[in-house]
Amino acid sequence: MSAVTLTTKRTGSRRYSRGSYYWYIIPGLIAFVAVIGYPLFRNVQTSFTSWNGYGPQKYVGFRNYERLMHDQSFWISFFHAAEFIAAMSLIPTVLGLIFGALIFDFISPYFGQGWTTFFRASLFMPQIIPITAISILWSWLLSPNTGVFNTMLKSVGISNPPNWLGNDHTVIFAMSIMLVWIQIGYTVTIFITGMSRIDPALQEAAQLDGARWWQRFRSITISQLAPEISIVVLTTTVAAVKIFAPIQIMTSGGPGNATYVPSFYSYFNFFTTQKVGYGSAISTVLTVILSIIAVGMFKFQNSRGVDL
Amino acid sequence: MSTITEGTNSKKWSPARGKQNLKRKGLSSWLVFFVVFIIALVWLFPLWMAVANSVKAPKDFLLHGPLTVPHHFYWSSIRTFWSDVDFPQKLMNSTLISLFVAIFGVILSFLTAFAIGIGRIKGRFLVLGIFMVAFTVPQESLVFPLFRLSISTHLYNSIWAIIVIFSVIYSAFGTYMLSVVLSAFPQEILEAAKVDGASSLRILWNVVLPIVRPTMFALGTFFFVWVWNEYLIPLILLADNANQTVSVSLGITSGEYTSDPTTRAAAALLGIIPSVIFYLIFQRTLSRGVTLGAVK
Repeated sequence: MSAVTLTTKRTGSRRYSRGSYYWYIIPGLIAFVAVIGYPLFRNVQTSFTSWNGYGPQKYVGFRNYERLMHDQSFWISFFHAAEFIAAMSLIPTVLGLIFGALIFDFISPYFGQGWTTFFRASLFMPQIIPITAISILWSWLLSPNTGVFNTMLKSVGISNPPNWLGNDHTVIFAMSIMLVWIQIGYTVTIFITGMSRIDPALQEAAQLDGARWWQRFRSITISQLAPEISIVVLTTTVAAVKIFAPIQIMTSGGPGNATYVPSFYSYFNFFTTQKVGYGSAISTVLTVILSIIAVGMFKFQNSRGVDL
Repeated sequence: MSTITEGTNSKKWSPARGKQNLKRKGLSSWLVFFVVFIIALVWLFPLWMAVANSVKAPKDFLLHGPLTVPHHFYWSSIRTFWSDVDFPQKLMNSTLISLFVAIFGVILSFLTAFAIGIGRIKGRFLVLGIFMVAFTVPQESLVFPLFRLSISTHLYNSIWAIIVIFSVIYSAFGTYMLSVVLSAFPQEILEAAKVDGASSLRILWNVVLPIVRPTMFALGTFFFVWVWNEYLIPLILLADNANQTVSVSLGITSGEYTSDPTTRAAAALLGIIPSVIFYLIFQRTLSRGVTLGAVK
């Protein structure tokens, strides 16, 4: 008797709660539609029009997209984004693994908590500073005559150092240095957290077998950190493809179109030349590319047993 | 991910506890120490340059360049930028925006994540998938429609537009994070509460909330920093100087001091200082939280 009441009670309460839980998703869904869903839809819709941002929109079908195909600036901007993937994703991942392992394997066990925290904090600092402050700082460091880098180069005898941001041969390189400086803090932090997850017995066993640090780093650390590495590469790649503020502040896409990137090129069409339809087409293409990466990330996370 | 749920122990990332059980240092460890020390100095060098040159007299700069230590403290550059952009006002705007986004963003994330992780509602995978994509959407795809929308809702040029927009965008991320945490919530506790006839609201308030509060705090800290550093959407939606944030005012004035290197250094320094202070206060939460979402 009592067992029966218990069961009915349970199913009853579960049915009741299932329904009641749906209420909690309503604010989130409404907000999502208003702030992301609807604007995104409008952006796609605008990409099929010719529009200056205020008057009436003129429907032009796929003409904006056809123009994109033949627009050299559009392709160049994606090429530059690929270059920034190296600076923001690949190099920081490699350096992050090495720096992280040095700190985790040497500083932490031999020199203690204090130094570990100091080194981690030094590398992490650029991660929390506003990108606009970093952009001002670095365009000042890189400035041609009174800049810090050129003063140093002059002091070691290079009499005619380049105008880093003003020369289309050096601008990507100079910005890449800055981007590596920014990104390391993120990769190092994630990798060190990952390393503490690895079973120390693995390292100790290898050490007893006479494996050198470099061998242990290659065969244990890197293979054990595979999930962290994949996620870091994906998230930093997304960040690189989205890069905007440093470009807008430091170079405005220049000199010429030497630092055009997709985000900046669509912004430029929106707010400088006021070809809003064309700008929307660029940002739509960018959205599609990033969404593909995001779906990949979501699938990857779920395959790793994030059970819901 | 687990790093924030198990938030309270910092033992995780540092095997070395206290000085007594440090290993004996060999030559190679000193060599590594030296290398890492140099790397750290290289990383701090740009920040040092900002500090040194923003308190350097222009004449001193002209004579000795950027690399030297200032001969005496000179506050005018900092004062110039401080009053030129009305920095206290910018700090106020940024603080208000960041605070409200942290609060609203976390609440919104929590409500949706509660339905997904605890309520296990149908279609939760779809919702999370959409949110994940939404969080990756470039702001360029939203900025023009949001600009038009803010005009028609009379929120253009209001910090409330920024608060609403980023609370929602970040909650797409926060929902994912909290859903993962909540779906690992012990089922027995929930069953017990249900058997006792607790409503979903009581479960939310008395059972789930106390346990995920540390995670929510970490999430809020991150939202605070993220929105502090946002640039494009505030740049477009906050037209009036009086409503702008620290980040936007730095971005806009960046070109104004090209012939005045010490004031430029001062501008960079003023942008850096609030974030560094915030970092020093919330250091543990922040460095733990970077792994938030990166890895389960």
